[in-house]
Amino acid sequence: MDVILLLEQLLNGLQLGIMLFLIAAGLTLIFGVMGLINLAHGSLYMIGAFACAAVATWSGSFWLGLMASLTFAAAAGALIEVVIMRRLYHREHLDQVLATFALILICSEGTRWLFGSFPLYLDVPDIFYGAVNLFGVLQYSRYRLFIIVIGLFTALCIYLLINKTRIGMRIRAGAADRQMTAALGINISLLYTLVFALGAALAGFSGALVGSIQSVEVGMGEPVLILAFVVVVIGGIGSIRGALVGALLVGMVDTLGRGYLPQILQLLLDPVFANTLGAALSSIAIYLLMIVILVFKPKGLFPAHG
Amino acid sequence: MKKKLITSLLGAALCLTPHVGAAPVKVGMITTLSGGGSGLGVDVRDGFMLAVKTANRSDLEVIVEDDARKPALAVQIADKMIQKEKVDILTGIIWSNLAMAVVPSTVNQGVLYLSPNAGPSALAGQGCHKNYFNVAWQNDNLHEAMGNYANSADHKNSFILAPNYPAGKDALTGYKRLYKGNLAGEIYTKLGQKDYAAEIAQIRASGADSVYIFLPGGMGIAFMKQYSQAGMTTPIMGPAFSFDQGILKAVGKAALGVRNSSQWNKDIDNAANKVFVADFEAAYGRLPSLYASQGYDTANLILSAMDSADINDQDAFRAALKSAQFDSVRGDFRFGNNQHPIQDIYVREVVMEGDVLTNKIIGVGLKDHQDAYAANCSL
Repeated sequence: MDVILLLEQLLNGLQLGIMLFLIAAGLTLIFGVMGLINLAHGSLYMIGAFACAAVATWSGSFWLGLMASLTFAAAAGALIEVVIMRRLYHREHLDQVLATFALILICSEGTRWLFGSFPLYLDVPDIFYGAVNLFGVLQYSRYRLFIIVIGLFTALCIYLLINKTRIGMRIRAGAADRQMTAALGINISLLYTLVFALGAALAGFSGALVGSIQSVEVGMGEPVLILAFVVVVIGGIGSIRGALVGALLVGMVDTLGRGYLPQILQLLLDPVFANTLGAALSSIAIYLLMIVILVFKPKGLFPAHG
Repeated sequence: MKKKLITSLLGAALCLTPHVGAAPVKVGMITTLSGGGSGLGVDVRDGFMLAVKTANRSDLEVIVEDDARKPALAVQIADKMIQKEKVDILTGIIWSNLAMAVVPSTVNQGVLYLSPNAGPSALAGQGCHKNYFNVAWQNDNLHEAMGNYANSADHKNSFILAPNYPAGKDALTGYKRLYKGNLAGEIYTKLGQKDYAAEIAQIRASGADSVYIFLPGGMGIAFMKQYSQAGMTTPIMGPAFSFDQGILKAVGKAALGVRNSSQWNKDIDNAANKVFVADFEAAYGRLPSLYASQGYDTANLILSAMDSADINDQDAFRAALKSAQFDSVRGDFRFGNNQHPIQDIYVREVVMEGDVLTNKIIGVGLKDHQDAYAANCSL
């Protein structure tokens, strides 16, 4: 029985990790290529979730909603890049942080104005409802398995796009030397708009996927933003590979910490105290992990720029 | 972001009932109208303003401001309302941590505070105050009712779960106060946590016969969806906060059949409640929640006190408030010595009415219930 639980918790850890990767990928992509700290990433996540919920409710199709999340978040991203971000590339990080923080407030209140203060309804499609039987002993949620598959597929797509295509080559060139790339006749402005829109689309897509098992409400993006930053910092800012490894590490540590820390502590301490301490420790476990990694690898596990 | 709404009813000429000589009453409402959790504040405000508009009195002025769920902002607004606007009564705060930041200094400055929601234990026992009235409940009450209900429903092995913060601990303490069975497990999760896969796996493995959760707002929505998506069927219980009208739509069919405790529901059979539910739907186009009912009751309590006392005679006004001579939408309502309600707490079940998810009362969890802290209050 306990082996089954452990197996399920490992699977949960993997799934949480993949979910975090989906959320963090867009953030690290934008930073890696453009050197831009985008605090509004959580807002794009929220926009994706709201677009999906609204379209899914209106049309009755979750899949149309998912398409809408990609489209709306990408459009919002492109708009933000052209109107605001473009003026900030040569400015300091502090200016970028201030501008994108303002965007968080604008997006939150704008969404509340459009959709009201109450959470929206978004549920997984019927074919993913319920659990499947794995290896004959383990009941596991179908939708969570679906997220694992989609997450790995997304990671593969980004890898192929950046490393195997012409546009990926240009993106890498732009990240290495913006002026030289522009001098070679590549429209760097358009390229940056594309990258920002792609990052935004990833955020919106993850918002829709995750929103359908969590909750779609104003302010859903901010806690997620913090988690995404933890993942990105652990993995190495700007590295997609780092984001994947960082996300899996965080997912495992968080899930196993929540599942087992109180029990392990109970072997050593008074049960009531162990429970309190375990709850406190497991909720800070990922931050402890981040500290430890930064002590030994100040630039994260896979630093993007040397 | 700040929203200011001033209702000054100048239609004095149309006012049919004259209130001879009574001074006008100025009420300041500080509540959460933006950001996360704003649905609760909006409901309290809408319920309150519905009663104010229905009364249509020229001698009542209400100022509403948004605290954005930030204690520091709430304190600032309270200072401004007390010192600059010279309000007689403050009300509106949703969250216990904001209430603890605002209420003690407010009541010590001689301003009355009527709570339409938060009921922290620190203000119910030794910390009670003659200027502080709670019109909703003491925080533990709904959980106590559910613990008591669990005994009668023959649940003997509950798994209990709440966020790791003061109200979460009060909740599980409240549940355990009257619950007689064993605990299959007790987990405190991180406040704001949205993924419960690890906890649900533990619940599945624990062999529990029932699950009690206190997960307000988005946390509850996330938990309920994931619980049902994982194919879990162990019955869930909770306080009304995770299964209220504003949230049910977002939870969807996963909430069907859940038992939850509340001091109010729209099907409570009394005249005041029928009028309230019909008027609220007509005015706002949605069903009222328990928060709206609390806002409505708070306004009607103030109005009832205005009928029998002058706000400038604070002793008389306090006595009028404490006598609670108004028709509460929840039926019988009176204040205990600590000026917290003594009331029935019902057990409700989430049902589908047409295509709308809502609650139906299926029994009484605790009859004429008073909070556990009243004895420590010297009032």
